[in-house]
Amino acid sequence: MTAGVRAVARIVARDDGRGGTALPVLDSDGPLALRRTRASGAEARVVVVGAMSGPLGGDHFTVEADVEPGARLRVGSAAATIALPGQSKGEARYDVRLSVADGAELHWLPEQLISARGSDLYVTTRVDVGAGGRLVLREEQVLGRVGEEPGRLTSRLSVRVADRVVLDQELACGPGAPGGWDGPAGLGGHRAVGQLLVVRPEFDETPVTARVLGEHAAVMPLAGPAALVSAVAPDALRLRRLLDEALELLDSVN
Amino acid sequence: MHLDHAHTHNGPSAVSADAHRPDGSRRALRIGLGGPVGSGKTATVAALCRALREELSLAVVTNDIYTREDAEFLLREAVLPPERITAVETGACPHTAIRDDISANLEAVEDLEDEVGPLDLILVESGGDNLTATFSKGLVDAQIFVIDVAGGDDIPRKGGPGVTTADLLVVNKTDLAPYVGSDLARMAADAKAQRAELPVVFQSLRSEPGVRDVADWVRAQLTAWRA
Amino acid sequence: MSRAALLVLADGRFPAGGHAHSGGAEEAVKAGRITGAASLEEFCRGRLHTAGLVAASLAAAAAVGVDAVALDAAADARTASPALRVAARKLGRQLMRAARATWPSGELDELARRFPKGAHQPVVLGVAARAAGLGAVEAAYCAAYESVSGPASATVRLLSLDPFDATGVLARLAPTVDLVVDRAVEAGRRVVGGGVEELPAGAAPLLEIGAEVHAAWAVRLFAS
Repeated sequence: MTAGVRAVARIVARDDGRGGTALPVLDSDGPLALRRTRASGAEARVVVVGAMSGPLGGDHFTVEADVEPGARLRVGSAAATIALPGQSKGEARYDVRLSVADGAELHWLPEQLISARGSDLYVTTRVDVGAGGRLVLREEQVLGRVGEEPGRLTSRLSVRVADRVVLDQELACGPGAPGGWDGPAGLGGHRAVGQLLVVRPEFDETPVTARVLGEHAAVMPLAGPAALVSAVAPDALRLRRLLDEALELLDSVN
Repeated sequence: MHLDHAHTHNGPSAVSADAHRPDGSRRALRIGLGGPVGSGKTATVAALCRALREELSLAVVTNDIYTREDAEFLLREAVLPPERITAVETGACPHTAIRDDISANLEAVEDLEDEVGPLDLILVESGGDNLTATFSKGLVDAQIFVIDVAGGDDIPRKGGPGVTTADLLVVNKTDLAPYVGSDLARMAADAKAQRAELPVVFQSLRSEPGVRDVADWVRAQLTAWRA
Repeated sequence: MSRAALLVLADGRFPAGGHAHSGGAEEAVKAGRITGAASLEEFCRGRLHTAGLVAASLAAAAAVGVDAVALDAAADARTASPALRVAARKLGRQLMRAARATWPSGELDELARRFPKGAHQPVVLGVAARAAGLGAVEAAYCAAYESVSGPASATVRLLSLDPFDATGVLARLAPTVDLVVDRAVEAGRRVVGGGVEELPAGAAPLLEIGAEVHAAWAVRLFAS
């Protein structure tokens, strides 16, 4: 039995003192390749490429990003990430570790994570946001490629703002997940599920108003200066549309 | 060590129908209004609010089958400012919420006292129910059962806990008696037989003196409560 | 420890406000996701493994004496829906009242002082279990069972479902309740040394979205 691939990619974003953001650390590793793209104003932009083929069973990928005080970073990915079954049995892990300092801003907007048949992936996303930090984070899970049964996918998202945990939730779905995951309380037969988390210091004073977007999405103020949009949809496209609409809404009212 | 709840006030909420608030002040008198569907409970509450709001600090809690219907009626009629009207969800069973598990109602009356108090009187209205619904003594200090002449003049004879034991029985819509063939004298005699010395008021809200007798009864309850 | 105290605390007639809450069933019925006994069972199974496991773990941790303030914050973080946080605190406040009257205790008084508008219900449940002389296992059983008995009895009223069918659902879920309780008690005990991160965090998307949909209705039978 072969051991899976262990890869750790790192980004550090720093205020360059001239109104822009420098990237003193931009470490790719194995299948996790990081590319800097053209900046937009004060914001540095990075794209994760090459994650297409993984993670496979037994792999363990980690991506870390530290956004230092005053820096602004936007991270996306070139394509969807597909979790696939591997040679070696056992689950694959994908860990995302993000820190956003006071006065810093991070947009973490990767493409979808697709859980292919037979795969078994455990994703953990931990975000630490400083008191005046700002964050937009999107997570989208798609259960199976078109017409395919999904694999098993567990995803835990925990977010700390100013040393207080404002969100700690785990979604488990696919064969082998605890029963009822696809039932009327869980996904109700939907094949795409996503979350958009927005942290803004001004939410402390003026929290987001809870609201429903259609039947299957809601904007929810959390217990702290943060809001979560949670949505389920029949497919990735319609999920993205819902989350985009929600972000526009949050941008327009706040 | 267990603390004695009857004499100390630990924590913000009283644990029962304690006559005092956590700060030691006397709480508002709570009067329950129950009775069958359509007998005029909400109309009586509205009329009481109009009659008493100048002299007393008042609030209302409604227990509807569907959350806010009665509360909406009271709001539309503008009998009280909206912050003095609270609707309690009852999970389709108003009688459970006023008798078997009064927690949500106790929370509602406490919140009203905290938020718009001090209050002299809180009227707790049950959703329309059958003849067996009565209020828990843990929730209200006195209860009014409202029936009407159009519901059948044999209701007082049939009795049931509401008719028999309520502190006040109101026979409403007496103006309709000639049209529905109800015999008011017979209703009065049957009520007397069921209730012995407990009072009965016959009222029509469409003509003078309207809710006056019930309002007087409420004033007397309040005087006794404060004594 | 009196085993009969568990029956008092777990009794559906324990006057702590639960009867007015459907645990999400009212919205799921209206949306057509619960249509009968089979879909009710799937709903309950999903709820049990997510919100039920979290609640049972919180209750177990509170029952072994973990700081209620930390547990309450952990419950907030595990409940994204503000409507569900409000419902949990309402129920917590109502349970606090009933428990203080039933099993007077300094710990319950302290909890009421700390959370005048209510702590999350499972946290109060754990402290109430302590006051009743019960332990983590019993507290977890109460929380896990409530997570399915509430929707089941609400569905009887909402769909006029045959009550025998609804009770059959609960009986079929019993082995899963046992399993969830085992996991919850282990997690609750791990919290003593490892902190609240040890608590499970399972979430059910449609429970949370549905709770917001329900809260936006102008007219409803149940409070949640």
